[in-house]
Amino acid sequence: MAPVSTKRPTYYEELRGKGYTRRDFMKFCTMMAAYLGLEASGTAQIAKMLMKTPRVPVIWLHFQECTCCSESFIRSSHPIVADIILDKLSLDYTETLMAASGHQAEEAMHQTMKDHYGEYILCVEGSVPTAEGGVYCCIGGKTAEQILQETAAGAKAIICWGSCASNGCVQAAKPNPTSATPIHKLVKGKPIIKVPGCPPIGEVMAGVLVHIITFGTLPELDRVGRPKAFYSKRVHDSCYRRPFYDAGLFVESFDDENAKKGYCLYKVGCKGPMTYNACGIMRWNSGVSYPIQSGHGCFGCSEENFWDNGPIYRQQASFPGFGIESSADKIGMAAAGATAAGIIGHAIATNIQKKKLIANVIREGKESEKEL
Amino acid sequence: MTTTTSSADYKKLRRVFVWELPVRVYHWLNALAIVVLCATGYLIGNPPALMSQSEASFRYLFGTIRFLHFAAAYIFFFNFLFRLYWGFVGNKYASWKNFIPTNKEFFQEMWEVLKIDILLKKEREHMSVGHNALAGFIYFLTFIAFLVQCVTGFGLYAAMSTWWFAELFVWVADWVGGDFTLRNIHHVAMWFFIVFAIIHVYLVFYHDYVEGRGEISSMGGGWKFIEEEAFEKQREGVDAYTNTD
Ligand code: HEM
Ligand code: SF4
Repeated sequence: MAPVSTKRPTYYEELRGKGYTRRDFMKFCTMMAAYLGLEASGTAQIAKMLMKTPRVPVIWLHFQECTCCSESFIRSSHPIVADIILDKLSLDYTETLMAASGHQAEEAMHQTMKDHYGEYILCVEGSVPTAEGGVYCCIGGKTAEQILQETAAGAKAIICWGSCASNGCVQAAKPNPTSATPIHKLVKGKPIIKVPGCPPIGEVMAGVLVHIITFGTLPELDRVGRPKAFYSKRVHDSCYRRPFYDAGLFVESFDDENAKKGYCLYKVGCKGPMTYNACGIMRWNSGVSYPIQSGHGCFGCSEENFWDNGPIYRQQASFPGFGIESSADKIGMAAAGATAAGIIGHAIATNIQKKKLIANVIREGKESEKEL
Repeated sequence: MTTTTSSADYKKLRRVFVWELPVRVYHWLNALAIVVLCATGYLIGNPPALMSQSEASFRYLFGTIRFLHFAAAYIFFFNFLFRLYWGFVGNKYASWKNFIPTNKEFFQEMWEVLKIDILLKKEREHMSVGHNALAGFIYFLTFIAFLVQCVTGFGLYAAMSTWWFAELFVWVADWVGGDFTLRNIHHVAMWFFIVFAIIHVYLVFYHDYVEGRGEISSMGGGWKFIEEEAFEKQREGVDAYTNTD
């Protein structure tokens, strides 16, 4: 990869060079403004910024992950998204998509880090294994954590793509043998934005990047660091099956009559009521569908610890310490049963141990009755 | 105790006003709210399978169950807050001092009660007018459970409500690591309430049966009845905790 030239073209210039018309460009800006939930004037703002801002250098690291975030990203619906972000956002280093490899690639990354110290955006896909000195993920002779710390030092902001980087995801599930650690636990003192999901929605990823490029600031984040525009509502809040939920009409098993009628998937394990994401609104694959629309409950991929929080196909609370397969209700009922048995035992013992006392009370009462 | 049949030997009972009206109202509102919350909460976690031919738009069963849960939740919460307040302004049997062990005597009495009422070690009664120390301490634990249930409940509710009050609890989910965990805690805690209720009701009957001092009715009229002799002792502060047989 050629080192970045000192006079960088703007996004707009690059797009025109690629053969996009101004009309295509404006459509793209409109779409992005809509995704970001901006008011109508936002479109013009985005267009203006993309016309005058030179491309922002981006380093995109891959650690413990499956690359589903990248896959989701390059499929985000508008072709310009892929073009602008992949080619023009200047992905100076990303293992999956860059042309260079080996020393050349390392070179490009270090060049970007040097030339744009304090300016580049660091995108991280995957968690960082910290067990055994980090041996579980090494690239070019360095551990994931070393690479992360080096690149984070000069980053303007860090974007954590997906649940791996945001909360650890599958590889952090108990017993977490590699000590897979999300980024915010390793890097301090940098603006960090989490875009959880397994993977996150491509358009959401594009939206986050476009926001940073156009406004030069991070989008508004919630308390955990997720962009509010996409993570402030539960999947359940925008679910088109919600009327069935409110009516109490549920799919009991995936092959029953209720499933055919499109009833609510709560009883077959839908975690929509606990999951904060935009799937119900943005949907997937250019808005074609999303899990619930395809008849499968949401399993909460964007929530912290979703693997360890009960079975996927049932709605089941579990007692801590008993393992996720033990239902809280079974243990609770056993406890209530044991209590009842204990009470019966206690009642019998009372009548034996306190015989005199009880007899006195009863006699006193009866004699008084007779005396009247 | 005396075994003669002459009525003159029977101990005179003296009426003591123990539970003030606000305490009694609190108690029954609380009981009602807990029953409703446990029943509707259980259904929210395990909805019944209903087959129906009617259109979803004509039905609102689950919505109603949830509405009852939330309505009862508000009653439960504010009633609880009221009780905390009353712990500072109510009579001595309502005071917070009955619940939180602050001195050695409190622990001694707890041990006494355990021996007499639970392990049935001694054939005599434990004499206390309001809550005995063990019961008081267990109520203290239930207050903590109330708190857990209110905080987790309103934490879940924050996502469904637009009222600022519920939104005060948005931090809870993030604090415990998401709504999944929150729901789990909330569900598991229900069983504490159920087990507590079973034991509580049993012990009320136990005291009424063994001691004959009007334990059950005390939460109705507010009166308990204690022996004149025990009354004197309590007043003098002599052997205030147990009366020997
Ligand atoms: C005695 C007290 C309470 C008990 C026993 C109780 C019990 C339960 C149970 C068992 C569930 C079902 C959890 C699951 O899905 O597995 C539940 C859900 C819930 N409870 Fe409670 N609860 C209590 C108090 C409260 C309070 C004070 C609030 C405050 C608003 C509250 C709000 C909620 C909410 C928001 C849900 C989730 C409902 C939904 O997803 O639609 N609960 N409760
Ligand atoms: S299918 Fe899932 S998200 Fe949709 S209403 Fe039912 S529980 Fe909620």
